[in-house]
Amino acid sequence: MNLIKDYKDASIVKKLISLANQIELDRVYNVMEICGGHTHSLVKYGLINAVKNINFIHGPGCPVCVMPKQRLDEAVFLASMPNTIFCTLADLIKVPASNTSLEKLRANGCDIKALYSPLEVLKIASENKDKNIIFFAIGFETTAPMSAVLLEKIIQNNIKNVFFHINHVKVPEPVCALLDDKECNIDGFLAPSHVSVIIGKNAYLPLAKKYKKPFTISGFEPVDLMHSIINLCLQFKDKSYEVYNEYSRIVQDEGNIQALNLINKYFKSCDFLFRGVGVIKDGGMDLKDEYAKYDAKKVFDIKVQTKAENKLCKCPSILKGIAKPSDCEIFAKACTPAHPVGSCMVSSEGACAAYYKYIKA
Amino acid sequence: MCLSIPSQIISIDENNYAIVDTLGVRRGVSLDLVSDSVEVGDYVLIHVGFAMQKINTQQAKESLKIYKQIVDEIGEEEVFTHFSKE
Repeated sequence: MNLIKDYKDASIVKKLISLANQIELDRVYNVMEICGGHTHSLVKYGLINAVKNINFIHGPGCPVCVMPKQRLDEAVFLASMPNTIFCTLADLIKVPASNTSLEKLRANGCDIKALYSPLEVLKIASENKDKNIIFFAIGFETTAPMSAVLLEKIIQNNIKNVFFHINHVKVPEPVCALLDDKECNIDGFLAPSHVSVIIGKNAYLPLAKKYKKPFTISGFEPVDLMHSIINLCLQFKDKSYEVYNEYSRIVQDEGNIQALNLINKYFKSCDFLFRGVGVIKDGGMDLKDEYAKYDAKKVFDIKVQTKAENKLCKCPSILKGIAKPSDCEIFAKACTPAHPVGSCMVSSEGACAAYYKYIKA
Repeated sequence: MCLSIPSQIISIDENNYAIVDTLGVRRGVSLDLVSDSVEVGDYVLIHVGFAMQKINTQQAKESLKIYKQIVDEIGEEEVFTHFSKE
């Protein structure tokens, strides 16, 4: 068995596509793939239009894309402070804030590091005891436990020069908001791979029951995705709304308990403005009050003036699933990966970047 | 941000830190989030420098066996029973 090659086997994928197209459905069904990684895979492997009765709607599951401009401006403010080393995960560096980007600041001499792992902060902090280290934490439930591990180690080792700006977000809450929105027209969901590893299959059960929509947790590989699409087709045919775990080789019913305990120990829920979607009640996470001395939002007097979004950019509608990248008049013209106007073009997980790379180019 | 490449554990040190092999590339990862005990030789899913979960290779084998059968032209009725919602 080969855990990589076998899940990319073209002969299996072709067969699954043909089987999916043999399932008789009464109409075209709209499936939202929540995760940006799924968007990327569907486009990359040519599966986005492979099944005649399935129309894919790209969801708000790219943590960089849903980051509101005000938080990006706060990142710029913190990174511009004297005597500071600003650390974050790679994708965020290129995103345009109101007047500049972290990438441009770095070119102008600010000390901005794109990390492979949050734990690198420990080494940076110990080598630069005379500087403030800012860890700008991004990501869904997938990366929140990693930020929690870092904070735990900082507390254990009594490190005093590291401050967190937490921007972690959650999947179930924005999905509920989308389903409550009358503009949205979603029949079923491909549920994310890595978020589900942490939160578990059981996290989707109340959503499926409340909204009567099927959820299929899928892996990233083309075989995984086609198996999941077949499952959704069968569920549409049977009018069922189960939570099916296609990614059972990794995702467990209860998720990763150790990671969930860490999230609950250090973070509390907070309202979060999802770019393009709006404020989602309890859609984000923030540090609990008892960790205020590590909270950059409380330690530093952050002042920003945030500019309005570019009116021509359709990212808000794309993130809601009511427009496709190709519906946007600046897509691949004024807005490209080299000069991104909107958030969906910035990260490689964004819907516009995936379309640009595999369809437009 | 999401890489779904399974990585094999090559060694584990006393700080709960492992060296893993990802398609021939070796790097260090933290085992702080892996609740079920992992051992050298196990496959894990890696995300931003952490092992997130051990991969159940038995489960993967069974899925792949079903896919291979599908390609070998088993009857359609039978295929769809494999994809039932159990």
